[in-house]
Amino acid sequence: MDMAHMIASGMGGIRTAGDLVARMEYAKNMKIDKAKEYVAKKLGLSTLDIADEHIMRDLREELKIGVVTGLPGAPRGIAAKMNIEKLLDIKINSCEKFRQSLKN
Amino acid sequence: MAAQEFYTRMGDGKRVTMTKEKIMADLQAGTADAADMGTIPALTADDLERLLDIICDRNRVVAVEPGNEVVLTYDIGQLDFTGDNGNSGNGVDMGRLEAALIHERALGADTFELAHSDYSIKPVKPVISMEMQTMEEIQQEIIAPFFYGAMPNMGLYYAPDGPYGNPADLMREFKIDESMQQSELAAEHLARDIEYVGNKIMAAGADGFDFDTMASAGDADFVGGLKGVEALRKANPLAYINTGMAGESVMGIHGGIEFHGKTVAGLFPHQQVKVCEEAGANVFGAVCNTNTSKSLAWNMARAVTFVKECVKQASIPVHCDLGMGVGGIPMFETPPIDAVTRASKAMVEIAKCDGV
Repeated sequence: MDMAHMIASGMGGIRTAGDLVARMEYAKNMKIDKAKEYVAKKLGLSTLDIADEHIMRDLREELKIGVVTGLPGAPRGIAAKMNIEKLLDIKINSCEKFRQSLKN
Repeated sequence: MAAQEFYTRMGDGKRVTMTKEKIMADLQAGTADAADMGTIPALTADDLERLLDIICDRNRVVAVEPGNEVVLTYDIGQLDFTGDNGNSGNGVDMGRLEAALIHERALGADTFELAHSDYSIKPVKPVISMEMQTMEEIQQEIIAPFFYGAMPNMGLYYAPDGPYGNPADLMREFKIDESMQQSELAAEHLARDIEYVGNKIMAAGADGFDFDTMASAGDADFVGGLKGVEALRKANPLAYINTGMAGESVMGIHGGIEFHGKTVAGLFPHQQVKVCEEAGANVFGAVCNTNTSKSLAWNMARAVTFVKECVKQASIPVHCDLGMGVGGIPMFETPPIDAVTRASKAMVEIAKCDGV
């Protein structure tokens, strides 16, 4: 079921920029076209390109925002999300909580 | 199969063959039914032609055109792997961290969620510390937005499972006022529980909360859920809140209960989304239930009609619920891929929903 929707109409999550577009829908109530335009502008790409694995795989590694394959040394989890915060100019709750847990 | 016929499905998933003329007749009947029920516009002639093309495509799998992709949200979290067939789960035991990361890194999930095995607000309360601990752990590793998901499921607050009188039993005894009063008390209790569980899980770093099957126990369930959403939004400005519905129309089991002065019984998706917006939701999950005795064409046309109007009237993104038995998809545990991909494409390209 999940796979059928992913193949038929899904952006592909961190294979492309699906997680980033989802964040803009939820963080700013942006509808899909506006969310894609926002992410595309931040990435310097077209809205077609942000769902293209061939383009996004290397760009995600370069931007340190997490990649879909196991890559030692590449940021994932909180580190990748902190980079996503800067890229998209948003706050992410888990990053806020992580920062609050650090001793000054 | 005759050359002029096409493979398609019934609402229970059974494969049948139909002529193009019969498919078009069902599309017209399906959209007319939704338009009549919801007092909304029927699909245009162009929309119906596009639906006809999607259903009559000779390929088993169909998909949106490049550039039309949308984001996916999920209900029931890791239970799609670990649950039993009551949840359409695979019965494969695994940790919740592993399940979340497999969805993110192997299944192309744009978002995902953590879920308790009973997937309801009430049973989460006694184990909230466990859920917070797991949320904190998974947030350290996952990249995609990661929610906590649960159903308001107000049925659990009524006898024999909960402290309030069962409205159905009370109505059978003609205790109508008492039935309504018990529903109202249960709704207040549900709202308090959502606030408690929601605030705790947000404190553990959740991206937000996915409310699945809102109003499953009727209009009072919807009001309790909305009040919970409102409290959660007030305390957590950063929370991503998804409000997914249980049905295309809110059942009036109470009949008169209101949210912000509006009676919620009988609301259809284009009206449900407005009250969810008012409560503070970021995304609305629109539902249209499948009729198992009708064809895929009838069900898809009907569902697209409801969701298209909902998207048109919504100020927030709309993610169409496209699981088993909703959104035109057959009511079957393992829905056929041909039907799922057709419904997915139609909802994105004709209803213009913002996600699935």
